[in-house]
Amino acid sequence: MKMPLSALLGLIFTTLFFLAAIFANLLAPYPIDAAVGGVWEAPSATYWLGTDTIGRDILSRLIYGGQVTIFVATASSLLAFTLGSVLGFVAATQGGLVDQVLSRLVDLMMAIPALIIALVVLVVLPRSLITLILLMGLLDATRVFRLSRAVAVDIAVMDYVEAARLRGERQGWIIFREILPNALSPLVAELGLRFIFAVLFISTLSFLGLGIQPPLADWGGMVQENKGGLIYGKAAALMPALAIAVLAISVNLVADWVLSRTTSLKGGRGG
Amino acid sequence: MDNPLLEIKNLRIEATAYPPGEPPRHVVLVDDVSVSVQKGRVLGLIGESGAGKSTIGLASMAFGRGGVRLTGGQVLLNGRDIRGADAGTLRALRGREVTYVAQSAAAAFNPAKRLMEQVIETTLLHGVMGRPEAEARAVSLFRKLGLPNPEIFGARFPHQVSGGQLQRAMTAMALCPKPELVVFDEPTTALDVTTQIEVLAAIKEAIHDTGVAALYITHDLAVVAQVADDILVLRGGKRVEYGTTDQIINTPQEAYTRALVSVRSIDHVEKPLAAPILSVAGVTARYKGISFDVLKNVTVDLAPGQTLAVVGESGSGKSTLARVITGLLPAAQGRITFAGRQLSPDLASRTKDDLRELQMIYQMADTAMNPRQTVGTIIGRPLEFYFGLKGEAKRDRVQDLLDQIEMGKGYIDRYPAELSGGQKQRVCIARALAAKPKLIICDEVTSALDPLVADGILKLLLNLQAQEGVAYLFITHDLATVRAIADRIAVMYRGAVVRYGSKTDVLTPPFDDYTDLLLSSVPEMKLGWLEGVLLIRKMESAGN
Repeated sequence: MKMPLSALLGLIFTTLFFLAAIFANLLAPYPIDAAVGGVWEAPSATYWLGTDTIGRDILSRLIYGGQVTIFVATASSLLAFTLGSVLGFVAATQGGLVDQVLSRLVDLMMAIPALIIALVVLVVLPRSLITLILLMGLLDATRVFRLSRAVAVDIAVMDYVEAARLRGERQGWIIFREILPNALSPLVAELGLRFIFAVLFISTLSFLGLGIQPPLADWGGMVQENKGGLIYGKAAALMPALAIAVLAISVNLVADWVLSRTTSLKGGRGG
Repeated sequence: MDNPLLEIKNLRIEATAYPPGEPPRHVVLVDDVSVSVQKGRVLGLIGESGAGKSTIGLASMAFGRGGVRLTGGQVLLNGRDIRGADAGTLRALRGREVTYVAQSAAAAFNPAKRLMEQVIETTLLHGVMGRPEAEARAVSLFRKLGLPNPEIFGARFPHQVSGGQLQRAMTAMALCPKPELVVFDEPTTALDVTTQIEVLAAIKEAIHDTGVAALYITHDLAVVAQVADDILVLRGGKRVEYGTTDQIINTPQEAYTRALVSVRSIDHVEKPLAAPILSVAGVTARYKGISFDVLKNVTVDLAPGQTLAVVGESGSGKSTLARVITGLLPAAQGRITFAGRQLSPDLASRTKDDLRELQMIYQMADTAMNPRQTVGTIIGRPLEFYFGLKGEAKRDRVQDLLDQIEMGKGYIDRYPAELSGGQKQRVCIARALAAKPKLIICDEVTSALDPLVADGILKLLLNLQAQEGVAYLFITHDLATVRAIADRIAVMYRGAVVRYGSKTDVLTPPFDDYTDLLLSSVPEMKLGWLEGVLLIRKMESAGN
């Protein structure tokens, strides 16, 4: 199958972002926290994207910041996925009381805006990367739970699942061998979306000063640091904002393509 | 002879297929088919799935489903070629001159509107007559089609009437604008036999009274023999044979037609009574949240290596009996004894041997196999699960089983989507056999298959029974299948067994009322069968 241009662009940008994050130490021209130039210098041959509010190189901070943002977003979406989909599948296959308790618990969590929960928790708990990852993973898991339960409920009534039950298979086999392979395509597309939401969420938290703490840099925090410059016509705050937007769009394009591709695989639904 | 109403000449229909993972492919659905229908005559289109019969039916109003193109030949309606006519011409013609009755009336009606609104909709839309006139015509059609309370029937919503009534309402819808041609696309296939005969009789009478011409599409030759004047036999989009109904049924020329006519003529001699391997005693069951019993005091026995056919229409509780025996629905009362030990009512507390020795085959092989597993995995899993077979040993045994179901090499690494309907059902049989069961519950295993394919499956099941000595609990609504395979028969009606015994006993008069109704409703492959049955019933009710 030929890859559409949009997906190709998305894939190229996503790969660039991830490579930049992984090889940050080699790529960044300047250290993360060294004031190397004047305040809010315009982009130039020396400082490709200019300098920030205290004269640090924006490109270097963007690269290091990307490392943190992407790492936290990846870790939390993986956690959200493992937790959400396993619990969703269990709720769908067990039904009854288990389903009721899990579903109502999730309803309860989703009734309160995620940001409010996050703000309260982060005010109380130590603001470390681990806390952030656990918190965002847990909050996002509610969405994944909803989706995977809905998908699995449809699959769990299929005769092949009943055949597996009649054979005497355990819960694990039914979830991982009968249901999961058939639920994968919507879940993979959802993974892309959840990753983007994680990036946006962590940027929001950092912008509010509750996310990633100095001396670590991250994109949301960089927008916050440089937002004062906007009044004086300095573009420094736009650079990290642009990075967030481009990453979000690229990942989305790839996720769309993955969804359209997995559904047309052998034995998939639709074509 | 007059000019034919509909004349199809050298029709060619093509489509583009998008097989998963492969480049798009050009396929010819119908190739060089010519046929004609005179005013007031009924043409039967018959063939297995994929024969192109529905495609030709829709082509008679110059319509092709998504991606289907009418690429060659002529479709002459009253002498003018409508193939490739402009949208305005077609719009004026569809639903006016040519109307359509779909297989599933339940899916074709809008659940939010009353029946009358929908029945007269096209008639009003085309301005054939005014509303009061259209409503009066609809009521007279309801009466003609034998619907209850024809004056107020139209005020009901689709969910308030039965499936058979809905199918007749759809026929009224098609006849209301006084069309010249009606296309019936499998109108009775989804109905129970006892309902089918009523709808069939109603449709036949309505066609006769209104003098409309009709295309009658079905896969059941015995059904089409009752309504059609001429029959066109199709296979793979090509014409096999075309002739009068009398000629096709009584003196078929082509081998394929002869096979269709002689289908379901498997000879099966019933085995003598023996000590049972499965005995169901006084079983009563109900679903959660329902206030009545779906099984009432059911008692049946089944001997090793024999077949017990459980017969009844939909809702009679035959599938529920299977669920109770497998433990999916624990019985409220009664005892199930299997292979000398009493089975726990609940699936979770049964031993691995109980589970292994009692296997199940489903109606829809499509949904009974995980689409993401290969044939090797599907058949191999019970071998691994029950006998601990792994690697080469498992693969060899899977191949043995594939040989046993007459599928041979080259299938082990395929996915279900790459198999035909009959092959899928064979793989399901192999999966059940892999467990070395003593009893296999077959739930309508042939009802979703074409007649010739179904015959092949029945023969295979009989062979396997002879080789392996496995017993079958065979659930079906099709009495021809029962004759072909059963040793003992239980007739179920509203959750109770109304007649039970050896095949000969059950199928020999005197019958109870229900069994009589059921047996006499099965279409037979001969002309005039429908009239004969209706006459007898009329005389009986007059006698009462």
